[in-house]
Amino acid sequence: MTTKAIDRVSGAQSAEAVPATALRSRHLLGIAGLDAGEITLILDTTEAMKEIAARPIKKVPTLRGRTVVNLFFEPSTRTRTSFEIAEKRLSADTLSIATATSSVTKGETLIDTVKNIEAMAPDMIVMRHASSGAPHLLSRICRSAIINAGDGTHEHPTQALLDAFTIREHKGRLAGLKVAIVGDLLHSRVLRSNALLLNTMGAEVWACGPATLMPAGVEQLGLRPTTVVEEAVRDADVVMLLRIQHERMHGHFFPSVREYFALFGMTRERLTLAKPDVIVMHPGPMNRGVEIDSDVADGPFSVILEQVSNGVAVRMAVLYLLAGGAQVHDEGS
Amino acid sequence: MPQVMDADRMSRALTRIAHEILERNRGLDDLALVGIRTRGVPIARRIARALKEINGDEVPTGALDITLYRDDLMRHAVGPQPVVRRTEIPFSIDDRKILLVDDVLYTGRTIRAALDALIDFGRPRAIQLIALVDRGHRELPIKADYVGKNLPTSLRQSVQVRLEEIDGVDEIVIEGEA
Repeated sequence: MTTKAIDRVSGAQSAEAVPATALRSRHLLGIAGLDAGEITLILDTTEAMKEIAARPIKKVPTLRGRTVVNLFFEPSTRTRTSFEIAEKRLSADTLSIATATSSVTKGETLIDTVKNIEAMAPDMIVMRHASSGAPHLLSRICRSAIINAGDGTHEHPTQALLDAFTIREHKGRLAGLKVAIVGDLLHSRVLRSNALLLNTMGAEVWACGPATLMPAGVEQLGLRPTTVVEEAVRDADVVMLLRIQHERMHGHFFPSVREYFALFGMTRERLTLAKPDVIVMHPGPMNRGVEIDSDVADGPFSVILEQVSNGVAVRMAVLYLLAGGAQVHDEGS
Repeated sequence: MPQVMDADRMSRALTRIAHEILERNRGLDDLALVGIRTRGVPIARRIARALKEINGDEVPTGALDITLYRDDLMRHAVGPQPVVRRTEIPFSIDDRKILLVDDVLYTGRTIRAALDALIDFGRPRAIQLIALVDRGHRELPIKADYVGKNLPTSLRQSVQVRLEEIDGVDEIVIEGEA
C-alpha cells in the first residue's frame, strides 16, 4: 500500500447527491432501501465500468475466484446475458441455471433448490422469479449475496439503475426532469423500481396507461397518474414505454391491441409534444406497433440500444460494490 | 510534520525528470505519459508541460485507475469497496514507450497492478516508471527509472504528497515517528 489516501476529487462528473462510500446492505433486493447517496455511488461506479467495454481486452481481474450463480425461474434473454457478460468481464466464475432444465420441474421447492446450490458455496446469486418477494425470502436464509434480477410485479432494480444511468448520461442530472412512463403499469416491476429511484433522485414522474392497468395506490409511489397520453408526454424530458405483458394478463384489460395503440401507442406525432431533446426509452422486449411505433423505436430520439449497453456496466458496478460485503455471515439485511 | 519538499523544489525536480526523459529516449518520438490516479495524473500533466517547454512537442497523456487490479481487493472480509474511477487512455499504447507516473513508490504493489492494467490496453514497446518520491520498503522487484526524491523512511511513517490541483498546495511531508 502506498500512503495515498483514497479520495474522490476527480471522480463523479455530475453527482447530484454526494455519493455514499459503500452500500449498506450486502444484497440488492430492490431500489427500496437505497438512498440518494447509494444510488449515486452505483451510477458513478458504472461510469468507470463502462470504459472497460471500449478496451481491446474487455476484462479486469477483480472478481477472480468468486462464483456467481444466475438462477432464472422466468425466461429472460437480455437480463441474463447482461449479467453473464458483466460477471465474465469482472473475471468471476459463473453458471446459469434456467428452470426448464433444473430440478424445479421435478417438484423441488425454491428454498430446497437454493439451499442445494448454496451447499456448493457460491458467493453471489443473481435471481429472477415470477413471485414478488422471492429474493427477499432467500436473503433471509442464504449466506450468499442476493441480487434481484426481477421478482414478479415487484422490483427490477438493475433495470431502474441502468435507466437512470442512461438518463444521466444524456441530461447530466436526474433532479427536476419530467419523466413520462407509458404502458402496462399494473404488471410492471420496471415501473415500481423506476418510480422509487427517480423519486429519490428528485425527478417528476408521470404514469400513463388505461385505467384498467393503473395499479391501486400509484400516488403512494410518488407518481402522477393520468389516462391521457398527451398530458404525460407534454414537455417531457424522458418518455419511457412499458411492454404490454400479455403473459401476466388473466383477463381483458382493453378491447384490442389496435385500440391500445390508437390511444397510447408512442408515435412520432405524439412525441412532438415532448421537449425537443426528449429521449425515448424501453426496457424491452418491445412490441412494435403496440406500445411503440417502429418510427419512434428506430428514430433519432431512441436510446433503447444504449440502455442495453449500459446494462452491462451497471451490473458490473453492482457486482463489484456488493462483493466487498459478500462474506459477512450475519445481519441478513 | 517535517516538510521535505516545497513547491519550488517540486517544480525543479519535475523539470529535471523531463530533461532525463529526453536524454534517455533521445527525443519524444512514440512517448506517452500515463498517470496513476489520483496524484499521478496531475504529475503526469506537469511533466508533459515541462517536456513541451523544452522540446515544443505535445506528449499524449492518460489517466489510469488501478482499483480493479489491486491484489488486496477481495482479501478483507468486510468493508467498503474502494471507489473506482475512470481510466482514460485516449491513444493506442501499442508500440509506444509508456512513461508510467505515480506520486509515491513504496511496496511496488500499485505499480504491479498498473502494469497489469496497462498491458490490457495493448503491447507497449517499453514501460518506464517515474516516481516523485521513492520511500523504499519494496515488496516486489520493481524499480523506478526516474525519481524526484529518494526519501528513506521507517515503516511507521507516512509520506504525503500534496498537489496544487487537488490539495491547493505543492509540498511533500513526512508524518509519524522515525
